[in-house]
Amino acid sequence: MSQPILEISQVSKTFVSRGGTTAALQSTDLSVAENDFITILGPSGCGKSTLLRMVAGLDAPTTGRIALDGQPVTGPGADRGMVFQSYTLFPWLTVLQNVCFGLREKGLPLAEQQSIARAFLAKVGLKDFENHFPRQLSGGMQQRTALARALANNPRILLMDEPFGALDHQTRELMQELLQGIWEAERKTVLFVTHDIDEAIFMGSRVVVMSARPGRIKCDLAVPIAHPRHYSVKTTPAFAELKARLTEEIRIEVQRAAGLLPG
Amino acid sequence: MKPLQPVSPSARIALGVTFFVLFFAVWAAVTLSGYVSKTFLADPLTMLHSGYQLLVKQGFLVDIGMTVWRVLGGFIIAAALAVPLGMAMGAYKPVEAFFEPFVSFARYLPASAFIPLLILWAGIGEAQKLSVIFIGSFFQLVLMIAVTVGNTRRDLVEAAYTLGAGDGGIVTRVLLPSSAPEIAETLRMVLGWAWTYVIVAELIGASSGIGHMITDSQALLATDQIIFGILVIGLIGLVSDFLFKALNRALFPWAQLGR
Repeated sequence: MSQPILEISQVSKTFVSRGGTTAALQSTDLSVAENDFITILGPSGCGKSTLLRMVAGLDAPTTGRIALDGQPVTGPGADRGMVFQSYTLFPWLTVLQNVCFGLREKGLPLAEQQSIARAFLAKVGLKDFENHFPRQLSGGMQQRTALARALANNPRILLMDEPFGALDHQTRELMQELLQGIWEAERKTVLFVTHDIDEAIFMGSRVVVMSARPGRIKCDLAVPIAHPRHYSVKTTPAFAELKARLTEEIRIEVQRAAGLLPG
Repeated sequence: MKPLQPVSPSARIALGVTFFVLFFAVWAAVTLSGYVSKTFLADPLTMLHSGYQLLVKQGFLVDIGMTVWRVLGGFIIAAALAVPLGMAMGAYKPVEAFFEPFVSFARYLPASAFIPLLILWAGIGEAQKLSVIFIGSFFQLVLMIAVTVGNTRRDLVEAAYTLGAGDGGIVTRVLLPSSAPEIAETLRMVLGWAWTYVIVAELIGASSGIGHMITDSQALLATDQIIFGILVIGLIGLVSDFLFKALNRALFPWAQLGR
């Protein structure tokens, strides 16, 4: 394993509201190596999105420390690109202008912004849609644009918060393959949050399973499936075996979250 | 008819015009038949005739021009100050906490009740008319714009942060463009209210303007002229509203999508 680019040490999060405090995440440690694709799998409300948002700098940890390349994370920045579950393209900008957003913020000349943006739009198969407004695109196309927008910024790490969660099943599978292809070509370091077990295995080189709220890392499993991965790997014995194990781990947590098992 | 079933564009226009026709027909019927006395309500034909006289012989166009000038002047001053202040309040919560309670209070102060004071302070000249419109529209605009900007989708703001935008970039590249169409709609609505204030101001103390013509006509019991004046106000309102809507559609094509 190479030098970790992201170090999460003893990070926890407690939300304070009028009704009292809610522990969202227990003390958590995680280290992410360069070129790793880590999927974080857990039931809803387990704090997995909170963990990702803290890495992005959108929420501050209650305790602990997050460091990217040894530098503590104190707020959001262009070195950590994020793709959200909700459609977050800027509706007043065209697809091309959306992908240029971060590049313009960096102060690149327009011609250079556009040539970078067009290259990434081509990678996500949207080069003919650069002048469309987001509302003219399907959900899958919007998320592909959001992916291109995050990648065009050339972040050190890509954070994905259930990016395909709002898409229908078939579109989601297409998006997984597309992202898998891009990752195999670019080897970008990715932290990917999902509650879909198939997705967690197919996408990840490591699957981190989280417990029910307050979340903590329950287990951390390597995915023994070689790259390049074709969608047919979902029917191999290795895949099925890992899926059976993860299904069991998650099932207990879902039952616990639903109050069917003692904490 | 089914609930919420859309109506075709041609049927929409036909229905809209039909009501105007019906309105004038009922009006003509009750006045021309003598059912309502001429002293209280002039008939549409007399009204149009004296309207023509007003425009051609009595310089009513100048009055219209004065009124339009006052509305636009007062409104532009109010908008020029309210948009930046509303933006600042929507974007920065301490600024909102500082101004919001006072603005909420001030917006309930009736602009027309200020007219006696404003006459005392500013006389019956243009400054007084502009002040009435300013008081009537400024506080409303500030509050509505602050709410619009404050309601900007948080996930868009977060997305911009993760793309490397700084705080200034959030204001100019996210909050402003995302709320621009709604701010334009707010301006359109409040411009309509500004029309009410200007007429009130002109009714009380003015030597020109549509409101002034109406008070003059009252002294002569010229209901035909009063009604003509009121209709002119309505027509100008209709036209300015239409132009404003067309401008908003042209400026913000993206906001029309997916509606």
